Amino acid sequence: MTAPNDRNNDGGVPVPTTPAGASSTAPAEYPPASPAGRGMFGNQGSGDVSGFGGLVRQRKPIEEASRPYGGYFDEVRDALEEAYPAFGDAIEKVVVDRGELTLHVRPERIAEVCQVLRDDLALRFELCSSVSGVDYLGADERRLHVVYQLTSMTYRRRVRLEAAVSVEDPHLPSVTGVYPTADWQEREAYDMFGVVFDGHPSLTRILMPDDWEGHPQRKDYPLGGVPVEYKGAEIPPPDRRRSYQ
Amino acid sequence: MTTSNYATERETTEGKVFTVTGGDWDQVVSGTDPINDERIVVNMGPQHPSTHGVLRLILELEGETVREARSVIGYLHTGIEKNLEYRNWVQGSTFVTRMDYLSPLFNETAYALAVEKLLGITDEVTERATTIRVLMMELNRISSHLVWLATTGMELGAINMMLYGFREREYILDIFETITGLRMNHAYVRPGGVAQDVPDEAIAKIRDFLKLMPKKLKEYEDLLSGQPIWIERTKNVAVLDVTACLALGVTGPVLRSAGLAWDLRKTMPYCGYETYEFDVPTHTDGDVWGRYLVRLAEIRESLKLVEQALDRLKPGPVMVADRKIAWPAQLAIGVDGMGNSLEHVAKIMGQSMESLIHHFKLVTEGFRVPPGQVYVGIESPRGELGVHAVSDGGTRPYRVHYREPSFVNLQALPAMAEGGLIADVIAGGASLDPVMGGCDR
Repeated sequence: MTAPNDRNNDGGVPVPTTPAGASSTAPAEYPPASPAGRGMFGNQGSGDVSGFGGLVRQRKPIEEASRPYGGYFDEVRDALEEAYPAFGDAIEKVVVDRGELTLHVRPERIAEVCQVLRDDLALRFELCSSVSGVDYLGADERRLHVVYQLTSMTYRRRVRLEAAVSVEDPHLPSVTGVYPTADWQEREAYDMFGVVFDGHPSLTRILMPDDWEGHPQRKDYPLGGVPVEYKGAEIPPPDRRRSYQ
Repeated sequence: MTTSNYATERETTEGKVFTVTGGDWDQVVSGTDPINDERIVVNMGPQHPSTHGVLRLILELEGETVREARSVIGYLHTGIEKNLEYRNWVQGSTFVTRMDYLSPLFNETAYALAVEKLLGITDEVTERATTIRVLMMELNRISSHLVWLATTGMELGAINMMLYGFREREYILDIFETITGLRMNHAYVRPGGVAQDVPDEAIAKIRDFLKLMPKKLKEYEDLLSGQPIWIERTKNVAVLDVTACLALGVTGPVLRSAGLAWDLRKTMPYCGYETYEFDVPTHTDGDVWGRYLVRLAEIRESLKLVEQALDRLKPGPVMVADRKIAWPAQLAIGVDGMGNSLEHVAKIMGQSMESLIHHFKLVTEGFRVPPGQVYVGIESPRGELGVHAVSDGGTRPYRVHYREPSFVNLQALPAMAEGGLIADVIAGGASLDPVMGGCDR
């Protein structure tokens, strides 16, 4: 059997040079990550011709909805305004998007607002369906948002409350006094985002181990790569992998 | 050598040896006085055959009576929600289906409905796709309830119920395999429709199943409903009334067994459920017995729904018409298994460069979803399964949160167990039907 180099000489077929790391014990080399964490292709403009990637990604500012909102949304707002004297102070913004009503609430008022929403006869949001966090890193100064989905079983309505806190002061009152079901869900939001719910009966981690450091769902939480037992190689973390951004 | 709370390690000639000490368990034990104290602390789980997966219960017992119960979860946390943020919107289906592994089609449908709402294409999803979704979900509800019946039967001493339950579930998994190619974790319901059409062979199988199942249901009832042990173990056990359910956020069969007919298919319909004819079974006792009857009745209602969905299946597309969203290729079975159809491959490789580019971009990069947030709730076999999805306008989810009924319902376990007997912890926990894959995500 002829060696590759001989064949190269004989037939003129080009043979690629041996990759670094294949012949020696040197670690395999990876191209450096491109600037701004845009993945290993490093393509800043759009290199494609299909028209897909050329679209500029825009984040529309959240717009305050104007009356009438339509549907039951006006009724909910009016009832809340009537039942809750501090409405003007507590509600920062009312947003109607994709057929859903969102009330942006000042964080320190969230438990009060929930209490009124649950107890007022015209509102009756008996069930707190979901509490979750969203980290709007870079888009909002108070980047940690806590999102509550309330359901009124009497009127068959839903409303979303959103309260924003900053990483420096991630405190807001717990709603467990109003909705005991928020217990575990607030613990999850604390575990994943580091939002501190004051007045929660035992705010501890729930999904991650008790001695875990950091809050994994935050957008600036460092992602780990996967070490591979091959010449010190490592699969890069997901935000550094070759991909179309 | 390092020391840790959980495992010490030392080097030996064979390699590293870890000595697992059992976490913080010794601290919990040292807090009690086993000789003078009447109370003992029992750690049930995380590896315990009757806690439905890796659920850990810490029980403080006085004799046989449970004084305090606390559940510890998180042993099956796999970071699915975080992982979704690094995959495109379509790839999300393959992740969410693995959350609650007994009701994968509900996870997928909830996700697909949320993405469609974000895209604003809810009305464009074809009728056939929606009907197939209903068909699949209702079959899945039956298979999930069968597993509940099987495992609960086993935990309360009816081993044969376990065999029967899993036997009939196998029929449904067979149907799923014929339609989706997989028994579990299907990734079949995709944003915009479903992955592929239902083959005729599957329709015949479902019809057979519809004939078979009522007989089997009667068999289960003959086996359990009059059984004195079954009645003793379930009646007046782990009672939770409507007030407690609402306070603790418990939905699904547990809430309905307490008497409130709250079923999202009726109260906040989606996927056209308002056009189907079915009842919402309820019970008034709010105990394990009531939950058993409600679930059995729900299987019957699901059979009705499956039959209606089958009758409605009219030929037509199963994906939205928008080529910027729909998966570019229809799937087909080839010699090497399921894959893109040969016709499509021939077209993109031999005829149309533009089609190739389109396929490549849509598959690797994915479609963009306009910024915003939505919440979609559907009725899973365990209760309200909610998806809160946030988009920043990119090709990947910015944040997806699942309101998992297993997670929320499990909070009710102390309320059910405290003051009762230790054996009833098992019955109460089983009656909640928690699936830890969904609970921990």
